[in-house]
Parts: sequence; C-alpha cells; structure tokens
Amino acid sequence: MIEYLIKGPLWYFSLAVFCIGVLWQMARIVFAKGKTDLSVARGSASSGAIRNVFSRFVPHREIAAQIRLQVVAGYMFHLGLFALLFFAAPHVHFLEKHLLGFGWTPMPHWAFIVAAQFAFFGLILLWLRRMLNSVSRLISTTDDHITAILTFVVMLTGCLALGKGFHALNLLHFFTVELLMVYFPFSCLMHAFTFIPSRAFTGAWFGRRGIDA
Amino acid sequence: MSERLEKGLNMLRQEMDKKVMSFFSSCVRCGVCAEACLFYTETRDPRYTPIYKTEPMRKLWNSEYSFWGRLASKLGISKPMTEADLADWEELVYDGCSMCGRCSMVCPLGVDISMVIFKVKHALAVAGFSPEGLVGAVQRAVDIGSPMGITMKAVLATIKHAEENTGLKIPMDVEGADYLALLSSNEIALYPEYLEALARIFDHAGVSWTLSSEAYEATNAGLQIGNKATAGQLVQRVVDGAEKLKAKNVISPECGHAYTALRWEGPNFIGKAYPFRVVHILELLDELQANGSLKTTGLESDRLTFHDPCSIVRRGGIQAQPRNLLQPIAQNFVEMKDHGSMNWCCGGGGGVSSNERAEELKHTVFNRKKSQIEELEVDAVVTACSNCRMVMEEGIEINEMDIPLLGLTELIAEHLAEKSN
Repeated sequence: MIEYLIKGPLWYFSLAVFCIGVLWQMARIVFAKGKTDLSVARGSASSGAIRNVFSRFVPHREIAAQIRLQVVAGYMFHLGLFALLFFAAPHVHFLEKHLLGFGWTPMPHWAFIVAAQFAFFGLILLWLRRMLNSVSRLISTTDDHITAILTFVVMLTGCLALGKGFHALNLLHFFTVELLMVYFPFSCLMHAFTFIPSRAFTGAWFGRRGIDA
Repeated sequence: MSERLEKGLNMLRQEMDKKVMSFFSSCVRCGVCAEACLFYTETRDPRYTPIYKTEPMRKLWNSEYSFWGRLASKLGISKPMTEADLADWEELVYDGCSMCGRCSMVCPLGVDISMVIFKVKHALAVAGFSPEGLVGAVQRAVDIGSPMGITMKAVLATIKHAEENTGLKIPMDVEGADYLALLSSNEIALYPEYLEALARIFDHAGVSWTLSSEAYEATNAGLQIGNKATAGQLVQRVVDGAEKLKAKNVISPECGHAYTALRWEGPNFIGKAYPFRVVHILELLDELQANGSLKTTGLESDRLTFHDPCSIVRRGGIQAQPRNLLQPIAQNFVEMKDHGSMNWCCGGGGGVSSNERAEELKHTVFNRKKSQIEELEVDAVVTACSNCRMVMEEGIEINEMDIPLLGLTELIAEHLAEKSN
C-alpha cells in the first residue's frame, strides 16, 4: 500500500507540482512588469546577457582568495550532485524506464562514491559556514536551512538505498525526493533555474552600458 | 499603518519588477557580496553586507510575492512590515553604501545588488527616511539650482576668473553650439581650474561649445537621495536648457554621479529619450585625441596612478578612455592592484560625502584607498571625478599622506601642444 502510494499517486503529484511550479515561477518573472531603458545604448545588451550567464561561473580574480571556501565547496557540492542526479546507475535506469524512454552510460561505482563524497563534503561545508560565519548567519533564512536539510536527507537516503537488500530505504529515498520536488518551486532551490534570467538581466544592463563585467 | 510606511511600501511595490523578482528568486544568501563591499571589508560589521541592505525589498517580496509568504499572510501568521523595517535601514543604505556597485560585479547569481539598494533608497526617500544633509542638498538643488547652494552669480565669478587666467572668452548661451558643457558644484566652488582646462582644450581643438545660464549644474541630488521624481525635475532643467540652445551634444563633467544621472538614468527619469547626445568629458577628449584634434606634448616624469571613479567606470563603462588619455603624457604610469571595473571606491559616492552623519564611517573606509595608494609608492594620483577628488583629498589630509591629487582634464590641458595654425 505504502509502496503503491509513494511510487504511484505521490510520485505523479510531486512531478506535477515540480513541473508546473517551476514553469509558473519562471513565467511570473518573464511576464512581470519591466521598463524599457530609454537611454541610448553604448553596447549590446544581448551579448552582455549571454556573456554574463557564463562568466559568473568563474569568480572575479580580485576577490577569489576571500571567497575560496564558498567557491570550492560550492563547486564540490553542485558537481557532485549533478553527477549523482544524472549519472548514478539507478537514476539513469529510472529516467530511461519512467520518464525519457532512453538512457545513457551510467558512471561506475567508484565514480559514484567519489561524486557522493564531493556532494556531501561540499554541502556540509557550505552549511557549516552558513551557521558559523557572521555574515551568512545574519542573512540566512529558514528556507536556506530547510533546503540544506532536505537535500542532505535526499542524498543520505539515496546512498543508503544502494544496499539492494533494503527495499524500505529505497522507498524512503523515493519519498524524500518527492518532498524535495514539491518544495523546490517555492524555495531558494529555484535558483537552479532563475540564475539564468538573473544573470541575463544584469549582463544586459552591463552590456548596453559597455561595461567590462 | 502610518502614512509614511504606506508610502514606502507602495514605492517598494512599484519598484518590484521582473529583475527584482529574478534576483530574489535566485539569491542563496552565500554572502560573497560582503567581500566586495568597502564598508564590510573595512569594518567587518556583517550588517554592511550588500544583500542585507536590500532587506526591506526582500521582506516585501517574501510576504507578497513568494508562495510561503503569501500563504502565511493569508493565514494571518506572518509578521507585517513596520516602520522600523524602513527606519532601521536608513543608516545602512545612506551611510553604509556608496552605490559603488562592486557587489553587483561579484554575485555568482548575477544579482545587481546595487540596483536593488537604489530602489530601497527610493522607497526610504519617499517615506521620509533620509539623512538631513542629503535632504538639505536636495532642497537647495530644487530651490537654488545647486546642491551646494551655488548661484549663477558664483558661476559668473568663476567664469570671469577663468577668462582672466586663460585669456580666452568662455562662451555663454550661444545658440547652435555643438557642445553644451555642464559643471558640477564642486568644479565651480572647489576646482575652478576644470573650467579653465575646458576653455584651453576646446580652444586648442577648435570645438564649438557653450555654457548655459539656465542649465549649468550637472549634479543630481535627487539621484543621490534616491528620489526619482526630484532627479527627473533636475534632469529636465538640463534638457530644457540644451533644447533652448539647440545643442547637439551635452558634455557631462567629470563628476561620476552627474554622468549616471544625465547619461544613463536621465531619460528614464523624465520618461523620454533626449534630442541630443550626452558625452562624458573623458569620452569627448578621447574622441578628439583619436581624430587628431587634441594633441598633447611633454611627459609627466612622476610615478602616477589612476583612481577609477565607480560611477564613470564600473557603472558607466568609461574605462579605456582615461588610460588612452594618460598613455601619451604619463611615462611612469602604474595601475592599482584592483583597478578598472573592480576598483575600490573612495568611500564618498552615492551621497555619502553630503551626509555629515556618515563622516566617521567614510574616514574609516578610506583606509582601503589609502593602502592601495601607499602600496604603489606613487608621486601623485590622477582621477576624473570632483567628488572622489574631494573625498580623497580629505582622506589624504586626515591620514597625513603627502600625495597630490590631479584632475585628468586639467592634466591634459597642461600638456596641450602648440596650435598648428
């Protein structure tokens, strides 16, 4: 009964909430009011937007040393999570069977272990910094902590579920993923999508002013 | 709800556009912006973290635009915004931010934090939460025509001295001149040699130019305080003056915020495009040098560096021009470690220099510029903004540094080659 619920109605519900929620949030941004800039542009807004979407992946040399921990931990977490999400064998098989109809070569078990260690280590470092650093502590919101905990639990149950004998852990992982998917569109996890318009808007602004950003 | 709170919140709502929505949807509170902020790095006070300065706007976004905030409001369990949410941010936004925009350069999510801070400033100004010094400057700008209270008589006196010192006629209210030159209050009161330099350079390059008795002041206290309506009113004076004289181009003086107000924000403040081109004096000098009209001679043997004014470089895009102009005359030029679009602010931009309450903080944050200058062991610092120059001269004096500050336009005027005709 629980398995049916988690892999049936709850899965479709959370998938629908995730997809519709993300689309709705992106549409709200795209269709929100915005003013046309009446000043005469010096440079190209569109090339500035495109450049900024990519250039912000690399920190400015001038502050790289001061933000080393955020950059290293951030990349460890995001790259590890990306690898786990799209290249862990169970995920590839799941996506092929239930969503896409096609698959790709999953990463070997050793790579999974490395990716998981990267993701866990990065997330824990970022979370510790959030709680210990005076700046992060001041600006952090409840949402930041919920997303960190939820992501941690999803990754933890995912790793535990790898033991094939523990079917209950597999169900638990499934369930936590569903929680994450439902929470995703209404949280700061949306930055996975909204970073694109955010960087593009600012890049366009810099671009039309001809600023070397 | 009090009237001023309502005014402030309504202004925040008006300022909530697609950019702000994307910014707050993206921000993950990583705190990277703190390390780019002069006020944080020099005080280590976390309240000066740039994104924290946008908190009134974020709170409004959270309560009225986010799912959980709206749900909590519907259920009556959210804490409504109060006057304190605005009043408590006045000091952070006006005293602890020079609107230098360095934070906007480094945000990994691309949030233009400086832009959001300006929007918060706008709401605070409308709600009446602004420092007295700036309120007074705005009042003088509206009533007298200049934030420093400089009248046309003072301008005429400056013109007279400039004419005596240069032996050149300063054109006034000449209809059909190619260029209408504007001045900043500082250039009239503290650095009149700027006007003399313009007269010499334009005479040398054969530029058709004029001043206007109705539109001589380029600074915009409305922009500094964050009041767009007042800023628009002040920009409109320039537009009217330029239209009356049928000027094809309007020259922004070196002053950084005047350039931002005129060149970039002005058309948006008044709601229409200009019938003329706005050009910064450094852009014009660079153009004149490139087309051969401006020729310099002689070399500065001193070891020189250039302080990039934030509003001109990082927020204005004029980065190559000052270097193009310095290159032929400065044989011993060195760049600061962080320069160009990642320069460090002098600490007095965004109205901080007009805000007496921020004096001590301004002097504290000047330490960054002090160490930048000392590190290079230069003989002089060149800059191109009268406000930066004034703030740095004060900082140099307080710190008992023995470093002269030079205005770039004046330096060019000192190196003009003999006219060929």
